Amino acid sequence: MIRLVSLTALLLLWQFGAWLSDPRRLPGPAAVFEKVYEEALSGALFSNLAITLARVIAAFALAMSFGAAIGYVMGRNKLADRLLDPWLVTLLNLPALVVIVLAYVWAGLTEVAAIGAVALNKLPNAIVVVREGARALDPHLEDMAHVFRFSPTARFKHLVLPQLAPYLAAATRSGLSLVWKIVLVVELLGRSNGVGFEINMAFQLFDMKLLLAYALPFVALMLGVETFLVQPLERHVSRWRRGVSRRLDRV
Amino acid sequence: MNDTSRAGGAASLDVSIASKDYHSARGSPRRALEDLRLTLPAGQAGAVVGPSGCGKTTLLRLIAGLDKDYVGTIVLPEHGRLGMVFQEPRLLPWRSVIDNIRIAAPHAREDDIAALLDELGLAEHASHFPRELSLGLARRVALARALAVKPDLLLLDEPLVSLDAALAKDLREMIARLIDERRITTLIVTHDLAEAIALADRIFLLSPRPARVVATLDVPTPRRALEREMAEKLETQARDALAVARAGPQQEKH
Ligand SMILES: Nc1ncnc2c1ncn2[C@@H]1O[C@H](COP(=O)(O)OP(=O)(O)OP(=O)(O)O)[C@@H](O)[C@H]1O
Ligand SMILES: [Mg+2]
Repeated sequence: MIRLVSLTALLLLWQFGAWLSDPRRLPGPAAVFEKVYEEALSGALFSNLAITLARVIAAFALAMSFGAAIGYVMGRNKLADRLLDPWLVTLLNLPALVVIVLAYVWAGLTEVAAIGAVALNKLPNAIVVVREGARALDPHLEDMAHVFRFSPTARFKHLVLPQLAPYLAAATRSGLSLVWKIVLVVELLGRSNGVGFEINMAFQLFDMKLLLAYALPFVALMLGVETFLVQPLERHVSRWRRGVSRRLDRV
Repeated sequence: MNDTSRAGGAASLDVSIASKDYHSARGSPRRALEDLRLTLPAGQAGAVVGPSGCGKTTLLRLIAGLDKDYVGTIVLPEHGRLGMVFQEPRLLPWRSVIDNIRIAAPHAREDDIAALLDELGLAEHASHFPRELSLGLARRVALARALAVKPDLLLLDEPLVSLDAALAKDLREMIARLIDERRITTLIVTHDLAEAIALADRIFLLSPRPARVVATLDVPTPRRALEREMAEKLETQARDALAVARAGPQQEKH
């Protein structure tokens, strides 16, 4: 409800701004929605959104799986932590743009280079968060698992994963928003389709309507992913914290 | 340096620890156990009684194989399947009571688990999460989990500590009944002599840190026949031994 009010206020502010300025610089909501409709009818909007979303998912999945594995090892093993930490710090401080340009120079203007560059930008953050989680694993529960001879699978499933879940959720949340922003830059610099590419086109043509017609649906899409995918998942993995309310729900 | 092995035949738990030291980052190592010997026949319950901080939990950790950094020998009962109730319940907070038991005892039959829950008065709590349980209930779940694996050796670390008198009495009677029925070789750690006399066939009195067994007392069985007078005599005997141990090093007496 409050979200709705706040969104409406934003729309009004936008309309107000559009009245005050040149429509070429800031077109009003009505004009932009019309353009969105046009692009949707031609199918270009959906194909570009789908392409960009696929890149976001691929880069995100790559970064999260490597990040989780490396972060876990670094959190559990002192030697690995000391060996890899300087690399991690370097990667953390490397500007996204440098990684992208280097990837394009070394691997050409290819899909692999694009997705690899995005994944590499997200990787250090995933490592840091999961390493924190791996360091915080409860040694008491580990002793318990040892005494009761948990199998490696049971240990992973019932001990490690539930304890890492909040950290993985945090990495997912911050990771998604980071990844989709970088994907646009990668598309702008070296791809010939996707939302980032269209925004670049709009910029060349100075077509603000087109620019917003791609930017807004994409933001809405990512908001939808966050609200309907990430948040429910987060609630699902932390449901045991609210055991009482859950059982009351069932009654 | 150390050797943990499995016994064949009737010989059961046999502990002989020359020394156990804790090493801190700086400073000299601190000795927790020294020349500690105890033997517990198969099917019997033993109680380790000693003052707070003397090394009781350390001893259980060595027996459970959680700490291998010691000098000495520990011989476990045949097969060496362990059940343990830690000083804190240590349940998986993200799993229900019954799942906690199932996960620790994947080979246990469902009706055995149900019977166990029933026997420990946990049936109505089967689907509860650990954070919804009082300490007394959580302890019982930990006990159910330890029994569900059908252990050859059951280790209980202060199973009654920080429960109020009525709850402690309930749980004590439950433990007594369960280990009597099942004839599980059991080692109970406690600092309460009365508790030890109520539960154990054999009592090992420990000295203050570094822990050593200063006296081994056999409690006459069947326990039901144990007269009040006899119990008091045992307690006096035990207290004397402890007082001697506190006063200074002394030879072990039987
Ligand atoms: N991991 C450790 N590192 C260093 N010292 C330890 C460690 N664990 C225990 N100690 C020390 O060893 C001694 C024995 O500890 P332990 O926990 O075995 O005693 P306890 O008899 O179980 O005590 P309590 O009655 O409080 O449960 C204590 O002085 C304790 O401070
Ligand atoms: Mg203890």
